[in-house]
Amino acid sequence: MPKKFKFFVNGERVEVDAEADMPLLWVLRDKLGVTGPKYGCGVGVCRACTSHLDGEEVQPCVVPVSECQNKKVTTIEGLANGEELHPVQQAWVDADVGQCGFCQPGQIMAAVALLKRTQQPTDADIDAIENMCRCGTYPRMRTAIKAAAAMPPQKPGGGKPTEQPRGNGPKQPAAQQQPQQTTSAPKPSDGQSSGGEEDSGTLLDGIGSAFG
Amino acid sequence: MAEPEPVAQDKSRGLRRRKFLTFLVAAPTLTVAGRFGFDALTEASAVPSLPALGEVSDLGDVIRTASTPTHHLMVLEVTEDTRVRFELPRLEVGQGISTSIAMIVAEELDARLDDVDVTLSDARPELEFNQMTGASANVRVLWEPVRRMAADARARLVQAAANRWGTSTDELTTQDSAVHAPDGRSLSYGELSADAREESAHGEPKAASEYSVVGNPLTRLDARDIVTGKAMYAMDLPVEGALPTVVARPPTINGTVGSVNAAKAKAMPGVVAVTTIPTGVAVSAETFWDAMRAKDALEISWNPGSIGTMSDSDIKSELKKAVQPLAAPKVRDTYLDATFDFAFVNHAPMEVESTVADVRADGTAEVWMPSQTPIYAQQVIAETLDFDLEAVTVHVIRAGGSFGRRLFVDTALEAVRVSQAIGRPVKLMRTRQDDMKHGRMRPRYHHKIRASYTGGEVLSFEHRLAGVAVDLNHGLGEALTATLAQQGQPVGGAGLYYFNFSQAVPYNVGLANQSIQEIQLDIPTASFRSVYSGTVRTAEEIVMDELAERMGKDPLEFRREIVKANSGTTVLSKVAEAADWGKAMPAGHAQGVAYHAEYRSHVACVVDIDATDAANPRVTKAVLAADVGQVINPRGLEAQLMGATMDGIATVLQAGVHIDNGAVRESSYGDYHWTKHRNAPFEVEVHIIPTTWDPGGAGELAIPASAGAVANAYARATGTRPRSFPISF
Ligand code: FES
Ligand code: FES
Repeated sequence: MPKKFKFFVNGERVEVDAEADMPLLWVLRDKLGVTGPKYGCGVGVCRACTSHLDGEEVQPCVVPVSECQNKKVTTIEGLANGEELHPVQQAWVDADVGQCGFCQPGQIMAAVALLKRTQQPTDADIDAIENMCRCGTYPRMRTAIKAAAAMPPQKPGGGKPTEQPRGNGPKQPAAQQQPQQTTSAPKPSDGQSSGGEEDSGTLLDGIGSAFG
Repeated sequence: MAEPEPVAQDKSRGLRRRKFLTFLVAAPTLTVAGRFGFDALTEASAVPSLPALGEVSDLGDVIRTASTPTHHLMVLEVTEDTRVRFELPRLEVGQGISTSIAMIVAEELDARLDDVDVTLSDARPELEFNQMTGASANVRVLWEPVRRMAADARARLVQAAANRWGTSTDELTTQDSAVHAPDGRSLSYGELSADAREESAHGEPKAASEYSVVGNPLTRLDARDIVTGKAMYAMDLPVEGALPTVVARPPTINGTVGSVNAAKAKAMPGVVAVTTIPTGVAVSAETFWDAMRAKDALEISWNPGSIGTMSDSDIKSELKKAVQPLAAPKVRDTYLDATFDFAFVNHAPMEVESTVADVRADGTAEVWMPSQTPIYAQQVIAETLDFDLEAVTVHVIRAGGSFGRRLFVDTALEAVRVSQAIGRPVKLMRTRQDDMKHGRMRPRYHHKIRASYTGGEVLSFEHRLAGVAVDLNHGLGEALTATLAQQGQPVGGAGLYYFNFSQAVPYNVGLANQSIQEIQLDIPTASFRSVYSGTVRTAEEIVMDELAERMGKDPLEFRREIVKANSGTTVLSKVAEAADWGKAMPAGHAQGVAYHAEYRSHVACVVDIDATDAANPRVTKAVLAADVGQVINPRGLEAQLMGATMDGIATVLQAGVHIDNGAVRESSYGDYHWTKHRNAPFEVEVHIIPTTWDPGGAGELAIPASAGAVANAYARATGTRPRSFPISF
């Protein structure tokens, strides 16, 4: 029987009626119209769907919606701060990584998660990324990940991301330096939050209060 | 849009010819059509004849020839708000063609890149053979007409400005989408567009020395859309009411539906319809999850597939039987024989096959799909639905990769059938398992090579291969046969044409002879990036290494000695220097080299391999040097060479498809081991030789060179002679 599930998607509170075992991927794509996460296998191996759940990398094709209750889902659409790209996205553009682009939302979300776990990823860390890219953009992804890791912490005050590589290191997220974007960010009431989407805390801007 | 009048028709020659150099389009602003031929013709000049066979040196030339008669149907438009529009009759599959074309337009028009909109054209049957994406021919075909179109548009805008200001055109300059006068006045292209429409001046394309856009590295224009998730693929399109649809498919290749009990499936939540179609049983539902669950609940009995219980070993022995015997005499100690086997390979683009179809009760249909051959798609869809051609609209949507897979329209036919049957729009998607088990494949091949030599010289080189026939019935095949038949070529299979026009031994090896036998086996196949060269030239590059060894020569030096083209010498020398060829390496590590020439382009590749664990080799570095003629976007070219290198690594080391008892064994990327981060070189270096002759093709070029280099490096590192690919299978 369908149940109501409430969670946040890219900072927006959503409510869906779904069977408890419906994978998050199809809730996002078919019920919520969030099409950034791509279907590539449905069994957790291609990782084209990679997104974040409470700041942790997940494959929504194998995460039942019931596990998302009261949590924060971040997809590729929620990574940038308005017009300002997330540093990893910017590094991706700078390295001209994408070819067909289909795997790229998942690749970027995986790279953001990696940089959060490991500030200076080694080649072995990058080798451990399972995301498939059939166009073979791996060398440029490696370059982009290293470039993003090397970006100096973001200076307060914002501005347009342009020629100069800039942005936040994983441990000093932009959001924490931009008060208007962090103060209102709530923690879900289930208490299991990892502290939110550090690298995209800005996404939580505008969420009024925790629910549940 | 006004249809140009056919002036000269010569149906006996198979291609309609039209004399119009440009034609006016009923639009208020400037529109410029492509010119008929490659040369600046005057109205009075005769209809140019197609290049004679002697001038047609390879497949790309054949495709160029086939496309030429409809160049004038491509239109460049300058709008009143200074947008420069070009509907590109090609598919963007990630190769960056949209960016390259925008660059050519911006260059010749002196327009800002930001003002140029290149969109993918719907199927336009009047374009005949000029709406196919394949054979690395896009830039080769479009370069000349597009730059001339843009140069014409620029000339007309300048003329319009000169009229407005009462000056001579000589005084005026163009920059940033505007015409400028010496006194500082300027008019934007938008402001001039309506006037320019009345002009008929022709412009000369720039000399390469004047380029400021073409030849300079540019990040793809859709890079931001890609990284923000805004890039839309067929399944992302918000087509109102389109029902998610999946198809239950047989356990064997081309198995058919026996009986179906859909009662349980129909009762499941969200299910809207269950439809039996020739390839299986389709379930349409509110969400893909609903459709997939219901699909699993269908009770279906399946009839056997098209290859019975055949397995790889059976197919391999069929191929061995079919391959022609080697004819060159075996002279003791002065010949080298080698046989090679290559497994089936699935294209496995990241975006699974998918199509949105809306077949309406009023007898019209609209289809959204990534198609390399949209005209063919429109035709077969119309036939399938029994509709008039004009009643079917095919929108071409960017593809999440292709590699040859989207030459075919199998999935679109399923989608239109279901939509017609249930009277609702559908979005039909294959699951990854569907794509693996029922996808099309690069055929399995068996090769025999004999090279004879004496002293330091190769006297003969004989290469016989047999493969499962490649299905070329997708428009490209027709382009080949029609064009060649028109030129008095004997009528043969498209496959034979394709082979003959794409394959050549690029070295001086005395008497060289390559021939293919294709066996007919009812198994879904398709051209795979680099088509025949993928195995033919890889096998030959392995033999080149072994010949060098027999003769006591360095493999790179040996190639440099006997390579035919000067560009071949150049790329080999460049790659030797850049890769530090011959450097000392620890035990279990080695370098390997290979070279390939095709599409009027040349590439040499050196890889470093770490095979200390022979079962788990890792290519650690790849260096490529390429000469592809005038480069439009070096950044895009580098991406293509790099991507193809990953394919070379996969097909040689670890990725192949098994056929077991009439079925494909692999089901996803979990067991189909395409290159991942852990298999990819840490470093890939691409060196582009600066040349300015007309662009060659480059999208497929690097597969044989990288595959050959990887196989040779593996052989040198392990002291083995790899003969069957992928090595780990
Ligand atoms: S679709 Fe989720 S991992 Fe492949
Ligand atoms: S860019 Fe095409 S699959 Fe990665």
